[in-house]
Amino acid sequence: MREGSGDPELYGFRRWRDRAPIRWPGDKQVAVWVSPNLEFYELDPPVNPNRKAWAKPHPDVVGYSHRDHANRVGHWRMAEVMTKHGFPGSVSLSVALCDHIPEVVEDANARGWEFFSHGIYNTRYTYGMDEAQERAIIEDSIRTVRDLTGQTIKGWLAPALTHTPRTLDLIAEYGLTYTCDLYHDDQPGEVAVSSGRLISMPYSLEVNDHYGFFVYNMSPREYADTLIRQYERLAAEGEQGGTVMCIPLHSYLIGQPHRIGPFEEVLRHIAADGRAWITRSGDIAEHYLATTQLAPGEAAL
Amino acid sequence: MSLDPAYLEYPKRRRGMDHDRYPYSNLFQRPALSWPQGQVAVAIVVSLEWFPIVPEDKPFRAPGHMQTAYPDFRHYTSREYGTRVGLYRMLDAFRARGIPVSVATNAAIAERYPQIVADLVAEGHEIVAHGTDMNGTIASGMDQARHEAIVADSLATLEQATGAMPKGWLSIARSQAMDTPEVLAANGVEYMLDWVNDELPYRFETASGPMLNVPLNHEISDRQVITVQQQSMDSYAQQLEDACDWLLAEAAQYGGRMLPIHLTPYISGLPYRIGALEALLDRLAARQGVWFATTGQIAQAAAPQLGLAENPA
Repeated sequence: MREGSGDPELYGFRRWRDRAPIRWPGDKQVAVWVSPNLEFYELDPPVNPNRKAWAKPHPDVVGYSHRDHANRVGHWRMAEVMTKHGFPGSVSLSVALCDHIPEVVEDANARGWEFFSHGIYNTRYTYGMDEAQERAIIEDSIRTVRDLTGQTIKGWLAPALTHTPRTLDLIAEYGLTYTCDLYHDDQPGEVAVSSGRLISMPYSLEVNDHYGFFVYNMSPREYADTLIRQYERLAAEGEQGGTVMCIPLHSYLIGQPHRIGPFEEVLRHIAADGRAWITRSGDIAEHYLATTQLAPGEAAL
Repeated sequence: MSLDPAYLEYPKRRRGMDHDRYPYSNLFQRPALSWPQGQVAVAIVVSLEWFPIVPEDKPFRAPGHMQTAYPDFRHYTSREYGTRVGLYRMLDAFRARGIPVSVATNAAIAERYPQIVADLVAEGHEIVAHGTDMNGTIASGMDQARHEAIVADSLATLEQATGAMPKGWLSIARSQAMDTPEVLAANGVEYMLDWVNDELPYRFETASGPMLNVPLNHEISDRQVITVQQQSMDSYAQQLEDACDWLLAEAAQYGGRMLPIHLTPYISGLPYRIGALEALLDRLAARQGVWFATTGQIAQAAAPQLGLAENPA
């Protein structure tokens, strides 16, 4: 990015109409990927000068234990429902989970899920890191995921969405191909980086379960209805050129017993519809990179 | 700009949790728990609280406390409405259906309104300790003597009022200091309701000996769903039914499950909401496999199955 500029100059403007169409495999109209955040939060993390980890003095019992529900209960319930309806996960992973609770990561790996990094812990933020420190967490992420799962991460979602001006350049330099940190489009697109080729992968804040339940205060059934409306519109618009719908999840939310039933109906609906390419973020990126030629000057604006 | 190098050191990055309170455990792989009857234990917990009209902010102001400049008649009396009227609507609903509940009771309630405690005991409900009054919040950094006094005084007052020492504890806002579990266990508390990381009772280690944590889901409380998230009572009831059905199906495969329902008299005891609660109780009671139980009954059933004596010394 261009540091200090009002426009970070990460991408050029492209209007939604009259684009060269993206074609998904099998002429599907919308690529649907489900993104469970598999996270580990620390009970008593050190303080980052730019952001507190917990709202309360440590221990923040509700904050910590609510998130711990994910690994003990929520993941297993959510993963079963996803597998039952044929949805693989693309995991936003706190890589320290590989050390703390490898059972969860190994379960996801065995289900054929993909991993990208969501930092070391979701209680350690990138704000204020120097370049060597930021390189250290990228290298740690690559190594830790490879050691436990054999996978090489291709994507990045910054820990707790905390960035520095150099984050995107660095992950591209390490060979990662997509970022989930930019929310400007319903299709992938080029990101201007100093080396390599990086694309933005449409993730979503708006239909993220955290937003659904804690920003918009939806009931479980309202959230399910929201996802179906999001799907129906993106599938219809995909007739003109493939779109992307991401369903970002936190199993301590969606895996609660009052929410999982309505959510299962969403997966049933999408799986039965026929217009969806139900896939993983890395597969979307790979297809896009292989089939979309870089317009001259596009990546560099 | 750079961060202190310690920020990239992870001394507790290791197998298992980053503390020694409990080991990691997967709900779906541990030995099944069974209940004396039924498959899903529906545990109703009613928070019964007295909010002094002079709120204190140390260590923090309790949820539901006074909001306007002094004197806040509006919130003081609205909370008291729950205690005088809403609670009795709920107790009538429970009595009519033979449902025992746990009432997380501020000690001040026992001191101020002994008739309530007499009624709760006579109608077979469990008294769970819930601090002194709503100025009795607990968090790290507070005066240690005050922390210990809140616990000891709450228990002693309730024991005197009921003739029995409460077995359970619920912290205000589920907020604890680092050593609250030690203080609770040292005072003879057998189980706490504060940690929400599981859906069944589990063993919780303290330096004063082991105890149980019985998770009281904070997300499906009337406070969270109705007051914080501004959803309707009908929606709340629907969510609890959905949860019950999901858990009944799981129980068939994995053994006993628990559905905690955390209620507040000044929220669910209002005239326009109580009918939906009564209808919900009827619909839950009509389901095969539902066991209405107090958290104390659940803890008592779980303790021996988790390697704890039923009544630890």
